[in-house]
Amino acid sequence: MKVNGANHPAPVDPRRLLSDHLRHDLGLTGTHVGCEHGVCGCCTVLLDGAPVRSCLMLAVQAEGHEVTTIEGLAADGAPLHPVQQAFHECHALQCGFCTPGFVMSVVGLLAQHPSPTPQQVDEGIAGNLCRCTGYASIRRAVSRAAELSAIPSPALAGEGEGEGGTEQ
Amino acid sequence: MTTRWFGKRVQRVEDDRLLRGHGRFTDDIDEGALESYLIRSPFAHARIRSIDVSAARAMPGVVAVYTAADLPFGQTDLPILIPHPNLTHGRTQRCLASEVVRYVGEAVAFIVSESRTVAEDAAELVEVEYEQLPVVITPEAAARADHLVHDDVPGNVAAEMIQEVGTVQAALAASPRRKRLHFRFERGAASPLEARAVWARWSTSEKKLTVYDSTQSPTSIRGGLAVLFGLPESSVEVIAPDVGGGFGPKIMLFYSDELLVPYAAMHLNRPVKWTEDRQEHFTAVNQERGQVHEVEVGYDDEGKLLALDVDFIHDAGAYTPYGIILPIITAAQVPGPYRVPNYRVRFRDVYTNATPTSPYRGAGRPHACFVMERTLDAIAAELRLDRAEVRRRNLIQPDQFPYVLGVAWQDGNTAIYDSGNYPALLEKALANLGPRPPGDHVGMGLGMYVEGTGVGPYEGAHVQVLVSGKVVAATGIPSQGQAHATVWAQIVADELGVDVADVQVTGGDTRRFPWGVGTFASRGAVTAGNAMHLAAGMVADKARRIAADHLEVDPVDLELVGGQVRVKGSPDRGIPLAAVSILANPVRYAFGGGTEAATQFSAKTRPGPPLHEGEQPGLEATGYYSPPGSTWAAGCHAAYVRVDPKTFRLEILKYVVVHDCGRVINPMVVQGQIEGGVAQGIGGAFYERLHYDSEGQLRNASFMEFLMPYCTEVPAIEIDHIETPSPLNPLGIKGAGEAGVIPVGAVISSAVEEALGVPITEMPLSPLKLFELVKTQS
Amino acid sequence: MKPPPFEYRAPTTIEEACALLASLEDAKVLAGGQSLVPLLNFRLARPAHIVDINRISGLDGIYERDHGVAVQALARQAAVEDSEIVARLCPLLSAAVRLVAHRVIRNRGTVCGNLAHADPASELPAVLLALGGHVIARSARGERVIEAERLFRGVMETALEPDELVIEAWFPASSEPFAVIEESRRHGDFALAGVVRAADRLALFGVAPTPVLADPRDPTQGLQPSGDLEATPDFRLHLVRVLTERAFAA
Repeated sequence: MKVNGANHPAPVDPRRLLSDHLRHDLGLTGTHVGCEHGVCGCCTVLLDGAPVRSCLMLAVQAEGHEVTTIEGLAADGAPLHPVQQAFHECHALQCGFCTPGFVMSVVGLLAQHPSPTPQQVDEGIAGNLCRCTGYASIRRAVSRAAELSAIPSPALAGEGEGEGGTEQ
Repeated sequence: MTTRWFGKRVQRVEDDRLLRGHGRFTDDIDEGALESYLIRSPFAHARIRSIDVSAARAMPGVVAVYTAADLPFGQTDLPILIPHPNLTHGRTQRCLASEVVRYVGEAVAFIVSESRTVAEDAAELVEVEYEQLPVVITPEAAARADHLVHDDVPGNVAAEMIQEVGTVQAALAASPRRKRLHFRFERGAASPLEARAVWARWSTSEKKLTVYDSTQSPTSIRGGLAVLFGLPESSVEVIAPDVGGGFGPKIMLFYSDELLVPYAAMHLNRPVKWTEDRQEHFTAVNQERGQVHEVEVGYDDEGKLLALDVDFIHDAGAYTPYGIILPIITAAQVPGPYRVPNYRVRFRDVYTNATPTSPYRGAGRPHACFVMERTLDAIAAELRLDRAEVRRRNLIQPDQFPYVLGVAWQDGNTAIYDSGNYPALLEKALANLGPRPPGDHVGMGLGMYVEGTGVGPYEGAHVQVLVSGKVVAATGIPSQGQAHATVWAQIVADELGVDVADVQVTGGDTRRFPWGVGTFASRGAVTAGNAMHLAAGMVADKARRIAADHLEVDPVDLELVGGQVRVKGSPDRGIPLAAVSILANPVRYAFGGGTEAATQFSAKTRPGPPLHEGEQPGLEATGYYSPPGSTWAAGCHAAYVRVDPKTFRLEILKYVVVHDCGRVINPMVVQGQIEGGVAQGIGGAFYERLHYDSEGQLRNASFMEFLMPYCTEVPAIEIDHIETPSPLNPLGIKGAGEAGVIPVGAVISSAVEEALGVPITEMPLSPLKLFELVKTQS
Repeated sequence: MKPPPFEYRAPTTIEEACALLASLEDAKVLAGGQSLVPLLNFRLARPAHIVDINRISGLDGIYERDHGVAVQALARQAAVEDSEIVARLCPLLSAAVRLVAHRVIRNRGTVCGNLAHADPASELPAVLLALGGHVIARSARGERVIEAERLFRGVMETALEPDELVIEAWFPASSEPFAVIEESRRHGDFALAGVVRAADRLALFGVAPTPVLADPRDPTQGLQPSGDLEATPDFRLHLVRVLTERAFAA
């Protein structure tokens, strides 16, 4: 499977969840595990560009697919991805545990709806739980991310969709 | 002091690494650690007949299986964190149960293996033979003592406490009007999105134990481990790295795993980690809120309170590791912002066969607020008075501070409100709420509260200016998302006249700061914040003394601005703070120059030894802040709520908060704390209930059935502030962490009661509960 | 919360999948996994074999057939939600699929898997029933059509044999007026009670062991819903009446 642009063999044990594989076999600990039954959304990653729960996939199922994790959105030292930048500006994270899942969901949301309506914002983040922020700042961040994404910026373009990802 | 940073919406310094996925939570730490799993009791009350772990031990991949019999501390009762004279029958569990289990989830055996998956496989081979015992599950049943949770605790009563201010019986008898009320609160859970985790390593060569723990109090964990394992504290390092939300229950001395993981790491001489899964989190981690209150209130025809008698039962769960802090807080916080001339409160802390309780954000206050606010609403209804007017007539007035409540407070003192302006809170909230929206079945809700924050005993801070001119600061308490690294940096930067980006903060790492208490009780900003202020102030004073020698001026004529120590009024006469740091250490090393100023061969500016008498090397200082008493924050929430009269779905049309936490360090951070608190309050008011059945089984131990709100259940919240600085601490601040959650249940109840015309006396509500209330009434 | 041991198979053709299902004892089909994997993680499902059909190519189509829309086994719910064909032919299905959990779940979850899982509180089985659709089940023994009215047998129980694989679901074109209304505790949760109206037909979900057809004028007739933490039988009956009224008022 390709993870953030780099090829990795699938694990031998078919029981290995994709979330555990990313975290413990590949060291990509930015993907968090909050419930392991698909409700909280902390483990959300992009599978071929669309957000999915990595705790509800066996790692072997990702073979032949492209997985993008939070670490793949912006290279070390490079500016933050527009969604990450918007979360920062809007104080849309406190403890930061749910944040990678939210960011990946919002990346998926904005790919689907580049200028989301308030209802589309709510629909887009309604599958992720946050226990710190009360969501108000996350809603603001989604709108801000849509604004930032609309600004053409060479530093921000092309990141995160697998092709330009960093070698891990 | 200059105030460049204090009070500003400074963007968080924590965000970048968290947003890039480079946070470091306990389960992120690996280093080849063995993984582990705790076998837990499936029964709420049972005698253990036998435990057979032989098959599990024999499974390939299993490294060790521990039962109580395998532990040197297996028969040691775990400590009571906060003993109290009224806690006459305190009981704590043992690390692993070997005789009786008293709640579903109590730990019985510990498996260490090459992977968590193998450990879970091995767990299926452990055979524990249980003899089930009768179960006590509600506080009412516990008080009736139909069965006992502990054979040697008569009546299931761990503690009883009665306090009285004035003469309640006489005042009730003399009251023109009296009312008896009954209020019930069910259990809820904090449910941080990171469950708990512990990682430990023992270094044989250094005889050093290193523990990473998702705790709210690493200094206390370290102290306990040092005692238990007979090590000097300097040989035990405990670090709370990034912690994924705490909200209270991540402080508990001790959860079994916090002893077992370090023990196994020492015993096996390999790193060991344990990461809790969501299912076990639901029963293994402390809960709160189960309380039943009987109220009698006396008042006059104008709605003025004359006497209040509250008798309540607190559901302690199976053990009392945290003492009786929760009912003490409720007892002290019922009167809230109101003058209650005669107040009597009695509580009984009773054992049940459920998970033990300890503070969860709000900690005894949501129930206290519910009792008082619902009582005032009942008085308003009886007298056909506006609900705001009844509150107006009873509020403590701004000229009545300090206001002596006369009831015991959680810090051991008597509760005394230090400052506030409660009428201003109420009027501002009403103004911000505005006119009632059109439509049927819309109710208005109102709730006021006070919150004793910033309890002692103390916190400390170490601040050091490096020879680069950058500043490092450390405190003992960890952050679970409250932006400590940002707000401490703001405070330190102001004192030292540097940029906030040049201050790097470490918290919750005993290697950097070994003393402290913990992050809880809305105390971080008050205690550690003021400690940072004091320590940075000491560094600034020292910088002035050293620079004064160098510049040959009087220290009082110097100021710290823009990374310089300079003469007031002569900005060109100064010395960089970096150079002062070099001068502070008369030694002979340095990259990057600067030592020529500090060498013994430079021109001496004064006679005597290189270090001043009583002075220490380094431009650094350690300061401690120990509050004289709690500082009291307050607020008023108001809302319009629509309830669908047929499906009983709740729609919060408008929710306003007016909040007073004294001087605000960072408005952005406070706003986040309040928004998050209100969201948890909404969860606790309408969605989140721990459903225990009569066998003591938690029926909804998953996020599918324990209904934490998504964004779709939480409305926009409008927040406003007033500031009455605290006179008790140098920065004039009060705590803000728990405030948002406290009155939400009272506000929602008030609104729903009006919308549907049914009396609301219980928390939490649900469509089903409202359906049944309406059905009962019609 | 790690899955119990199982043997994992990932066939690349329908025939291979059917052969595996015919030969393996206690095999479970893994499609979207949004219901099965949580059950595995809780160790509530312990199949000896997992037959992962996701490597079968050409099985993710959504196409027009017989005045209706056919949704193949690996068509994700999100694809159905975004499908122009579904929006044009069966807007009821478009509306209903939006009520299934959340978009991130729908990115992976499949319509056919949802029907085969047959959760009584799930929306899509009731939609299939209201519309009078069917599924096509394939096995090594051949292929058969199972009408919606015969598909659902009990709580998470269907007429599918252990060796059968749902390869396609077919939803007849929905005509106006239609509605799907449910009452759930939170957005995206399973319904306490729900109704699907397709013209004059009414199907209920969340109120019986299977989705059931009901008389719009007397929707609770013969209904004996069970109670749980969030709804008593009485409350469910009440909700059925309220939601039916709203569905037919629209």
